[in-house]
Amino acid sequence: MIKFLAKGLIRDKTRSLFPTIIITTTVAIVIFALGFMRGMLNSVFLDTAVIIAGYQKVVTKAYKEEIQMLPLDLALLDVEDRISDLKRNYPNYFWSPRINFGGLIDIPNDNKETRSQSPVMAIGIDFFSNDSRQTELWELNKIIIDGNHPKSSNEILISSKLAKKLEVSTGQEATFIGSTMDNAFTTYNFNISGVFNLNKGQTDKQMILLDISGAQEALDMQGAATEILGFTHDLFYNDNSAIEIRSNFNRTNNDSSDIYSPIMIALRDTNQMGTMVDFSNAALAVIGGIFLVIVMIVLWNMGLMNGLRRYGEIGLRLAMGESKGQVYRSMITEAIIIGLTGTVLGTGLGISITYYFQENGISYAEALEEMALTDMIMPNTFYSKVTPDLFYVGLLPGLVATVLGTMLAGLAIYRREMAQLFKELET
Amino acid sequence: MKKHIVISIKSLVKRYPIGNNFFTALKDINLTLNTGEFTGLVGPSGSGKTTLLNVIGGLDSASEGTVSVLDHSLNNTSHNERALLRRKHMGFIFQSYNLLPVYSVYENVELPLILNKVSPLDRQKKVNQAIEWVGLSDKRDSRPNTLSGGQCQRTAIARAIVHQPDLVLADEPTANLDAENSHHIMKILTKLNKEISTSFVFATHDEKIMGYLKRIIHLEDGMINKDEKIKKSK
Repeated sequence: MIKFLAKGLIRDKTRSLFPTIIITTTVAIVIFALGFMRGMLNSVFLDTAVIIAGYQKVVTKAYKEEIQMLPLDLALLDVEDRISDLKRNYPNYFWSPRINFGGLIDIPNDNKETRSQSPVMAIGIDFFSNDSRQTELWELNKIIIDGNHPKSSNEILISSKLAKKLEVSTGQEATFIGSTMDNAFTTYNFNISGVFNLNKGQTDKQMILLDISGAQEALDMQGAATEILGFTHDLFYNDNSAIEIRSNFNRTNNDSSDIYSPIMIALRDTNQMGTMVDFSNAALAVIGGIFLVIVMIVLWNMGLMNGLRRYGEIGLRLAMGESKGQVYRSMITEAIIIGLTGTVLGTGLGISITYYFQENGISYAEALEEMALTDMIMPNTFYSKVTPDLFYVGLLPGLVATVLGTMLAGLAIYRREMAQLFKELET
Repeated sequence: MKKHIVISIKSLVKRYPIGNNFFTALKDINLTLNTGEFTGLVGPSGSGKTTLLNVIGGLDSASEGTVSVLDHSLNNTSHNERALLRRKHMGFIFQSYNLLPVYSVYENVELPLILNKVSPLDRQKKVNQAIEWVGLSDKRDSRPNTLSGGQCQRTAIARAIVHQPDLVLADEPTANLDAENSHHIMKILTKLNKEISTSFVFATHDEKIMGYLKRIIHLEDGMINKDEKIKKSK
């Protein structure tokens, strides 16, 4: 009988091919939509993390209190040792030192006199270490619009807006004027190796980027850093895990008498990011939930209609002596086969599309640049994200909803008088 | 041939609920049919022919009275027992054929044997024989949508008799056929009635087939008002 039914199922495209296509398409859309929404929100978190906060940030307690002032004298010391400890205790993260500092940048003319000058926000990043992923995180290959990556400690990248303001270009010299870690006056000559554009509105209007070694030399901060930033290896921000790690670290390093003792700040603790994270999670749950319910109703209805359409066949099979249970079970089995096939294909397709956009993203750079948005850091490329739940979330609409619809339709086998099924058989 | 009682109905009443009331479709039906009978339930639309056929087939239940088919009381049997009775001992022929469109003639005829778990080898033999009986050997691999109305009904007949049931119930089997096909179908059924001793009960109001019936039970307003046995002159 199974062979007989399978033959019918394969031949009747309205029972096999079309439902499979609908389930495959729907499940793929669900998976991509969820993956894209999650990835899009993660893109916002990641951009904020790369430029400002990390998924975790370790600073001294005193630095945290004065963080807006960028107080170099409150920086972390013995950074390499601290990073080793962090790597050992929190292996799910990779850690990178950073120095945020401000000052003036001075562009000399041919006579070595000031031609132009501007305040700058400088970020010393660990670009040069062998295991550093900062070049990848900052997407230097994409954002550098002229020149090259810095190759030595005295090379800097300057933002295109700042370069335009200062009327400088790649290859020219720039002098940093500021204070060292010990609050001494310092000047330091850099070469401009390239010009970059973050494509994030006004975020980079006064920004220069350099390797941390250059910042340490210029600011007399050997072995020190203002911050150590932590990122998950897959770059996906998991708020619960971040809170747990932050709490654990702060419990272990809770020395209230030492203002230089380290403290960990999770992404959600930075400015309004906590609200943003909570809002994003809630929005994702609500939108994703509504979407999932709608799709489930569609597929449930399809299962129902497929079942209703077969009342004639059911009546015939009952007349020929199949028991109600046999007919009902065969309908459910068919629905499971179709639902499972559609779900597997849909999951494969959905994950593939999601993975493609995880790797390539959808760029909004030009639109964002034209919008010239305030200081808010918005990603210019949205990436989707393949997460483990995407591998099974399709079962809800693809299998559960389809089978439920069929089960409901099949209840008529039990509830209706058999003769009623025959009337439908005759029509 | 030794006469066995195939159908025994006593004081049958069948009511259907309509809103808060009941419509009585069959009233005080008493009927006995023996092995090998070729009987027609004849009457106008709404006279209760199909309802009576459904009750005999165990597709509908009696509101009052007793119905016994092939020594099985349908009053006290479960759905599954009635299903088993139909599967083993009954065949059905419908007005609109009700062939499964995605299966070939061969496969449609094969279905009752699959349900009865007949071995593949026996199945093949019996299906081929049934198809030959109805003269469709050249159409065994055709799908129903490529067949004429007459050929479809012949396939349905083959399906109804392939497992050589004791009783075949036919609901208006010629209603959708022209005169030529109607006569052809009735000739086949008459022949099968003789060859395999199967009892046939028809619900019909088709004048064309009356001449083939050996017994005609006239129904009107849910009651039997005449039960006549037809003597055939050779």
